[in-house]
Amino acid sequence: MTAPQPAAQPTASYGTGHTPVVELRGIRKAFGDLLANDDIDLRLRRGEVHALLGENGAGKSTLMRGLYGLVRPDAGQVLVDGRPVSITSPKDAIAAGIGMVTQHFALVAPMTVTENVMLSSVGLGPLDLAAARRQVKDAAARIGVAIDPDARVEALSIGEQQRVEILKALVHDCRVLLLDEPTAVLVPQDVDALFTTLRRLTEQGLAVLFTSHKLHEVSAICDRVTVLRRGRVVTTRDVDGAQARELAELMVGRPVTGVARDAVLGFETDEAPAARRDVDVPAKTVLRVRGLTVAGTASQGRRALFDVKLHVDAGEVLGVAGVSGNGQRELVDVLTGMREPVAGSVEVDGVDLTGAGPQRLMDAGVGRIPEDRHASVVPDLSVEDNLVMEHLDEFRRGPFVDRRKVRAHANRLIEEYAIKAGPTDTVGSLSGGNMQKVLLARVLDREPRLVIVAQPTRGLDVGATEYVQRQLLRQRERGAGVLLVSEDLDELLALSDRLVVLSEGRVAGELPVQEATPERLGLLMAGGTIEEVTA
Amino acid sequence: MTTLIALVGAALVSATPLLYATLGELVTERTGILNLGIEGTMYAGAFAGFLVAASTGSPWLGLLGAVVVGLLSGLLMGLLTVTFGVNQHVAGIGTTLLLIGLSEFVNRLKYGGGAVPQIAKFGLLFRDVPVAEQYLLTYIGFLVLAPVMWWVLRGSGFGLRVRAVGENPEAADAAGISVTRTRYAALLVGGALTAIGGAVLTLAILGSFTLNITAGRGWVSIALVIFARWRVWPAVFGALLFAGVDALQLQLAISSTFESVPRELLIALPYLVVVATLAISGRGVRYPGAYLRPYRRA
Repeated sequence: MTAPQPAAQPTASYGTGHTPVVELRGIRKAFGDLLANDDIDLRLRRGEVHALLGENGAGKSTLMRGLYGLVRPDAGQVLVDGRPVSITSPKDAIAAGIGMVTQHFALVAPMTVTENVMLSSVGLGPLDLAAARRQVKDAAARIGVAIDPDARVEALSIGEQQRVEILKALVHDCRVLLLDEPTAVLVPQDVDALFTTLRRLTEQGLAVLFTSHKLHEVSAICDRVTVLRRGRVVTTRDVDGAQARELAELMVGRPVTGVARDAVLGFETDEAPAARRDVDVPAKTVLRVRGLTVAGTASQGRRALFDVKLHVDAGEVLGVAGVSGNGQRELVDVLTGMREPVAGSVEVDGVDLTGAGPQRLMDAGVGRIPEDRHASVVPDLSVEDNLVMEHLDEFRRGPFVDRRKVRAHANRLIEEYAIKAGPTDTVGSLSGGNMQKVLLARVLDREPRLVIVAQPTRGLDVGATEYVQRQLLRQRERGAGVLLVSEDLDELLALSDRLVVLSEGRVAGELPVQEATPERLGLLMAGGTIEEVTA
Repeated sequence: MTTLIALVGAALVSATPLLYATLGELVTERTGILNLGIEGTMYAGAFAGFLVAASTGSPWLGLLGAVVVGLLSGLLMGLLTVTFGVNQHVAGIGTTLLLIGLSEFVNRLKYGGGAVPQIAKFGLLFRDVPVAEQYLLTYIGFLVLAPVMWWVLRGSGFGLRVRAVGENPEAADAAGISVTRTRYAALLVGGALTAIGGAVLTLAILGSFTLNITAGRGWVSIALVIFARWRVWPAVFGALLFAGVDALQLQLAISSTFESVPRELLIALPYLVVVATLAISGRGVRYPGAYLRPYRRA
């Protein structure tokens, strides 16, 4: 690393204290019948971190993508430094001094950091790699991070990739940085590093707008917050003095209660996790995994899982934490019969089921709710057909499907699980929340002894999230064992009795929930050892 | 020794059409588009080159005619796969069927299915110098096109755009690069190169036109691109390998040792080599990230 260089001074003016750097007036955007943005006004001041807070589907991302030219608003006006500008593509946004880090990083994985940074300014002729490399180093120095300009992006951690995204925006002298759910993918330590970076940037006069649905982040970093609900601005206010609970109520639109929800929304609960109701079932191990080793893919070139040992007791939720891609998917695949381990054993209720296929595992009482819910249903088939798909034999009359029985079954589950759909609607037409409910109903109705569930609430709104989490806790109370894989630490802490952390395919550590703090989990996720963490 | 030298010389000739077509397909696929229209484009390029040369008497004008046809076929693929987002397999095979059918139709219209004329064809450079005795298009292909293509993909802004669009069109779009324009550009360049590859068959090698003149070389090029894992120099090597085996089988066919081997088997030999190399090297291939994926802004 070269000696810190004086920060490259942006040449563009930042606007005066009174004129907002960016002002949105009456932004409107509809997708079909859905009004994603309804007459939104927003003013962004220089040097502030401004949060856009709202539930999934509140219109945060749409607004941001509209400002960056990735979505074209139906109506409204954008003013930069008080002058109206027309932004119809990211190119216009970049020219207006607006940079954006999208939720799914817009990085080309096999390319180097420098090549990625060059993308937005590249012409057709020869590349000046040396100059671009210098730009990357300058921008990195400006936010005080070290980054190898020649590293391939695919070899970087998620936190580092996000830094590359920020660098990309900075090399264009951006004065406004838009961040869409920047913390959703980060371990807690990376969140801290991101916030440090953002503070450095606002000190240099940048304005930062970022979306979140986590209140504690908003109070940690933001100066002002705008709350969106169903496409409309509910309020814009200073964060000082804005109570977390009050913001949550504004965001959801009704009073918020409930243990799971409090923890999920990320503010303090009165009830300590330790005080969680004990389940009165005999301590019996429903899942025991020993020495589980799974071969990695050719590109991983190493083992995806190595010598994993864990167990799940009846009436217990075991949370599996880890940065995505550290073996969680392989673990779930093995436990649901979709992948064969190269070594180790899997016992369900004391029966060895190593290498068993999905059918045998299901028969043994394993219910699975996998990560990719779209791949777990047949979107073109009806709700009722999807509900019986895994157990067609039970809905037969001779060689034919007993339609009446199927319909009765569907009606009962639709009622029981509050699925907002008719039995003949195709599953593909349902919202994420309702699709997840179909999956839950299909699996949980059979009262499995062991539930394997991955990212159950990803992409769901607060209401559906709460419903799904409550259903999982109900399984625990019923006496089933639940293995919960999630990237959402708040969710893990709210639901689990015990947590294991996977890092590079190994169990990095195991903690009872009372001892698990986000910091400790973060350290383990980042490759720390349990001794370091609990020392 | 003389046999070997003759073999190398013949391989270079036979590799030339493949080289143009393979590099054309390579740049197209790098933007994420599998152009299965390549066989038809080669065929139409061969025929258009022949037709124009036959009516004007100039192979150069014939070459120009082939380039125009190649550009048009690239434009057609672009309309189908980029603008309308049609399934690339369907669009490509449709384009191939259309272009071959069209060529045959015009051929019958013009020559009534009878004998086609011989045309004035490109001459050889360095006459009577072993190996170096080649067509100008062969020299251009190996000494200009391949290095330029390699540099463009690696060291130019256009190449960076092509790679970004093929790996992650969302990222390219967010960076202000037009996915549509980049893909069209690659399809046009690829179409023109492929058509030149076809025209080499009529304007240089054969000096005439026959039915099924391309003999599946377009499909071979597609295999070679995968074999080369979308890199220029391995693609050049692949073209040479195929052509080398092709030249070898021609030699074997006239040697007394292989007299009893059925002719058809020998002709099939280079294709079998392609199948074998793909079976061996084609596993664990990392395709461009956006391979076969039409891009639509969300």
